[in-house]
Amino acid sequence: MEKMINLKINGISVTVPEGTTILQAARKAHIEIPTLCFLKDVSCAGSCRMCVVEATGARGLVAACVYPVAEGMEVRTNTEKCRRSRKMTLELFLSKHKKKCLSCERNHNCELQKLSLGYSVDEDRFKGEDFVLPIDLSTPYVVRDNDKCINCMRCVAACRKQHVNAIGPIGRGFNVHIGSAFDRPLADSPCVGCGQCIVACPVGALSENSTVDEVWSALGDSAKKVVFFTAPSIRATLGEAFDMPIGTNVEGKMVAAIRRLNPYAVFNMDVTADLTIMEEASELINRIKTNKPMPMFTSCCPAWIKFVEQTYPEFIPNISTCKSPQQMFGALLKSYWCEKHGIDPKSLYVVSVIPCTAKKYECKREQMKGDVDAAITTRELARMIKTAGIKFNELPDEEFDNPFATASGAGAIFGATGGVMEAALRTAAHMLDGNFEVLDFFAVRGTQPIKEATYLVAGHTLRVAVTSGLENARTLLESIKSGAKKYDFIEIMACPGGCVNGGGQPTLSDSVRNSVELKDARAKALYTSDVHNGLRRSADSPVMDVIYNDYLGFPNSHKAHEILHTSYKENKKI
Amino acid sequence: MNKNSAFHGTAEQKARLMAVIEESRSTPGCLMHVLQEAQGIYGYLPIEVQTIIAEGLEISLSEVYGVATFYSQFSLNPKGKHRISVCLGTACYVKGSDKILAEVEKQLGIKCGECTEDGLFSIDSCRCVGACGLAPVMMIDEEVYGRLKPEMVKDILNKYRGDNK
Repeated sequence: MEKMINLKINGISVTVPEGTTILQAARKAHIEIPTLCFLKDVSCAGSCRMCVVEATGARGLVAACVYPVAEGMEVRTNTEKCRRSRKMTLELFLSKHKKKCLSCERNHNCELQKLSLGYSVDEDRFKGEDFVLPIDLSTPYVVRDNDKCINCMRCVAACRKQHVNAIGPIGRGFNVHIGSAFDRPLADSPCVGCGQCIVACPVGALSENSTVDEVWSALGDSAKKVVFFTAPSIRATLGEAFDMPIGTNVEGKMVAAIRRLNPYAVFNMDVTADLTIMEEASELINRIKTNKPMPMFTSCCPAWIKFVEQTYPEFIPNISTCKSPQQMFGALLKSYWCEKHGIDPKSLYVVSVIPCTAKKYECKREQMKGDVDAAITTRELARMIKTAGIKFNELPDEEFDNPFATASGAGAIFGATGGVMEAALRTAAHMLDGNFEVLDFFAVRGTQPIKEATYLVAGHTLRVAVTSGLENARTLLESIKSGAKKYDFIEIMACPGGCVNGGGQPTLSDSVRNSVELKDARAKALYTSDVHNGLRRSADSPVMDVIYNDYLGFPNSHKAHEILHTSYKENKKI
Repeated sequence: MNKNSAFHGTAEQKARLMAVIEESRSTPGCLMHVLQEAQGIYGYLPIEVQTIIAEGLEISLSEVYGVATFYSQFSLNPKGKHRISVCLGTACYVKGSDKILAEVEKQLGIKCGECTEDGLFSIDSCRCVGACGLAPVMMIDEEVYGRLKPEMVKDILNKYRGDNK
């Protein structure tokens, strides 16, 4: 049995298992200790000295995030000594911080700012050396402004956790800064664009390369027809930017808000999630029947695709050739929809709202350039809504525009890890065996590192695996390479937990992130909407009938291949 | 990084480095040792050498570069035929050796830690050569120059330029 430790925190008795840190124990006493370099599940460097506390038996102040509790220990978290130390630490951080707070995208949502206010710091007490570093604008996914960086290393930890290691600390002492090897631009590094570094950053040093201004220009251009569509997970997270509880499904208000930005139409990307399933399930069956390279990997996640092209190119033949839902939608709008409505595709400006920073790169890939004109993150959409003065919380619920409004619940769960697999299984199993009626594939849900299941459908054994986070993806790929594991179909999402935890999602305060299971809470909104959807299988969506009857013929038809499929190319990076 | 200097590694050097990597790779935390050996083989650690190390140890280049830039013992630039070392120790510093260093940098058109394009000079700084009575001091190869004034730097450098001709 676990040994339990009794201690007091600010006079309140708590009992916790041995090995617990003071920071964790304090939470049990309902006390929050300020942190900067600590981030639950990501980073615990013990280096920033914000979480210093007084503890009996320790010499001087100790870092609560790494200091283990001891029997009979008495901890004080808010003494004069602690406060003075934290204040000084903050003032030292600020000595070389570019204090351009007014227009900083983390203004009012910045850990450094929040603490500076709390500890009444003098931001000009120490004048550090002016140390102007270039802003890295080399990629469409991550912008780095190192003059705002406080070297907390959370981005480095997030990148290491992904096993990408595109960035790290460079140099020593006052000159330390975070960057890619040889200070090359991020574009030349093995960065996959997942954006986990952005959501880990406590300040405004990292952000997406925003295209909001271009979208505003397009909206103001009478020669352009601007069409928006929103990815499955946006409905589960956008509310957070408007102070709603995590996991609130705001689909109706989201549609209403975008409509008030005055675009030509607002569509539902779940429709092309369904379309992806039609194509992908058919491809899977075709691969099984024709002995093509197996296992087949999903292809919806552009960071995962970039990772394979850079690090595991030997698996390129195993990736489904299906474009992602974002790219399918763009391609379909600029072909089918424009033809049907007599619209010149050149006048159409397609904006996708995505939970992801890698999607900004995906829409610029040479294989499918022009399908989508701008990809904006959940954060960018929230900013547009606020700038336009739209009172989001007061809006009525509205519905997506036809003909791309209705989608199955299978489309909605794309936003959570396991969702694409489950959606594909529902349709593929039914395609193989018309009597297969199972709709819930619980084994592939949840946030365990690697999920496996085996299904027997119409005489075929389908061995499936699902994982998210590139650390787990690497483990899975290595087990396949070594021959230890054999699968038929694998879903991989680059971000831990899938798109609900994407690099483009709202940045929540540390106080929230360190105390809730973000991935689960957000995913729940999607699974709830799936259960309440009358349509559970992509193939049952009436919109699929319309698209195939009107235009594509049948899944994997020649026309479908032309519009909805793509190719990949080795691009080794170290 | 000195962008001007092309890498001239030989196949023999690479074979030696690969042997070091091979015998070290199973030891956790072997990166520093490999970097040290590599610097011994090549004299410095350019991107080409660090890339061989990263690939050999199956770690990212960013990790290798982070360690290589953390320790001042590692150099990313080749050393010149003549190695200039300006003392920035306390005595020399209060006697204005920072101005001597600035003058050397100005005369050669490179920064401290770099090497001239022709490979003739490289500049480094050091902490005390034990000649504080002569402060400010710089060394070129084994020769010590003391009681320096910035205006003396040009003539001293010219002496070495001469013997290259």
